[in-house]
Amino acid sequence: MNDDLPALSIKGLTKAYGNGFQALKGVDLDVMPGEFFALLGPNGAGKSTIIGIISSLVRKTTGSVAVFGQDIDKDFARAKKNVGVVPQEFNFNQFEKVFDIVVTQAGYYGLPRKMAEQRAEKYLRRLDLWDKQDQRSRMLSGGMKRRLMIARALVHEPRLLILDEPTAGVDIELRRSLWDFLREINAQGTTIILTTHYLEEAESLCRRIAIIDQGAITQNTTTRELLAQLDKEVFVIDSQEALTVCPQLAGYAVELIGSHSFEVVVEKGQSLNDLFAPLTEQGIRVTSLRNKANRLEELFLSMVNGGSEQQETTALKEPVK
Amino acid sequence: MSPREQWIAFATLMVKEIRRFTRIWQQTLLPPAITIALYFVIFGTLIGPRIGSMSGFSYMEFVVPGLIMLAVITNSFGNVVSSFFGSKFAGNIEELLVSPTPNYIILSGYVLGGVTRGLTVGFIVTLLSLFFTQLHIQHFGVTIAVVILTSILFSLAGLINAVFAKNFDDISIIPTFVLTPLTYLGGVFYSVSLLPEFWQKVSLLNPVLYMVNAFRYGLLGVSDIAVSTAFLMLSLMIAGLFFFAMYLLKNGKNLRS
Repeated sequence: MNDDLPALSIKGLTKAYGNGFQALKGVDLDVMPGEFFALLGPNGAGKSTIIGIISSLVRKTTGSVAVFGQDIDKDFARAKKNVGVVPQEFNFNQFEKVFDIVVTQAGYYGLPRKMAEQRAEKYLRRLDLWDKQDQRSRMLSGGMKRRLMIARALVHEPRLLILDEPTAGVDIELRRSLWDFLREINAQGTTIILTTHYLEEAESLCRRIAIIDQGAITQNTTTRELLAQLDKEVFVIDSQEALTVCPQLAGYAVELIGSHSFEVVVEKGQSLNDLFAPLTEQGIRVTSLRNKANRLEELFLSMVNGGSEQQETTALKEPVK
Repeated sequence: MSPREQWIAFATLMVKEIRRFTRIWQQTLLPPAITIALYFVIFGTLIGPRIGSMSGFSYMEFVVPGLIMLAVITNSFGNVVSSFFGSKFAGNIEELLVSPTPNYIILSGYVLGGVTRGLTVGFIVTLLSLFFTQLHIQHFGVTIAVVILTSILFSLAGLINAVFAKNFDDISIIPTFVLTPLTYLGGVFYSVSLLPEFWQKVSLLNPVLYMVNAFRYGLLGVSDIAVSTAFLMLSLMIAGLFFFAMYLLKNGKNLRS
């Protein structure tokens, strides 16, 4: 198979639903083999519609989709063999056993029983589900169910793995372990496309990001280039001492937001180093410093909302180390 | 997919379907056995002797083939409609739809699951009937062929019902308002020769009549209609429903948005 061909090639993709809603308005997108690619967009932007069309659960109106050069209409079976999809909603039989779900899925891809069982064991072990193999899937926790869907999507060892909000609703520890797992399989050659609303996730994992809004791709570039467009960031600084007045920092916009916290707007070209000397002079001892919002989230909000809406905080906020 | 891969996908689906109804045998195999045994007791043993002979046989002998077919029809239909709709409702039908499994394999897998349950229940009911009467199969080949074709036909019908169904009410409407009247008026309990001429002609529009009579011919050697006509009708109906079901799967009716 030719590795120069895109893992996913979408040309002029449109989707109009029966009620007239135009979900996709001519999407063009190429994802190259080996990439870790994020597709970002607000709810209803068209992310899941694109995934649905690639996985054949949604019928496109016009345009073409090819997976490793194989058109999903003309070479349906070979294109599908190369794709594994992890949907957003749990969609396995709640009464089936974990092991059976994975082995059955392998059977639908034509894998012989013995190989299917070996693969099921391999992926259930890697996703820490092997000791749950005989449990009915409804007995699993939310995080385990999500890992089960990943094991099921990988059992036929697709070259392209598509994950729709893979870490939605899972705790931080599990999210981090899933990230490690996804990085590992990407390093082994699996091309990964994910949609997520945890923008930290996209920033941390993906080398390239496309932003889709109202059915059209508005940005498609590397994560680094995208973040370079960010012209300011807001930092939250915590002080050891209680603050009665807003600290004064020449050249920076500062706002008091609590008895021990204040926000500082740092524009492109300004340095964080310059904050500390004046704060020390004012008797303020900094205990922690963090982004108010994820950097990518700030940029994303400014792009999809024209910068008019308030920045929202991400699910995960970590102090800068 | 290669032929071998298609076979694996087919076997996977069929085994899954068979495991499903055997796992819940208390819901799938036991109730029809009890219901039909009660029919045998009431219509065969208690009321039957007062009815006298029908088509030259005791009423018990006459009603057994009809009741076996009743069990086969309702269970073949019920298996596919509940399994396919259940998968659609829970979303796990997507496991099949995203895979490279061709539509005809999906259709065949579900139909074979329905046929297996229909024949299993038919076999159980036949064994139960031996407690009430003796069976001397007159035409073994006809008996087996009719029961298999009938089971295929109603499994296909069950899948089509499941494709159109949008809620659980929709999968009970057809069995209640279409299947039950057709089977009860399809010569299960009586010979259509007892009906006035007009209603005999109306009964010929009922597809179940052909199956029940052909099956009765296989077991007892008597039928209200020509067996060749029954086979022709069965074949045409199977072909019609097969192509309609394939059309629905190809177009993703209520399956792909």
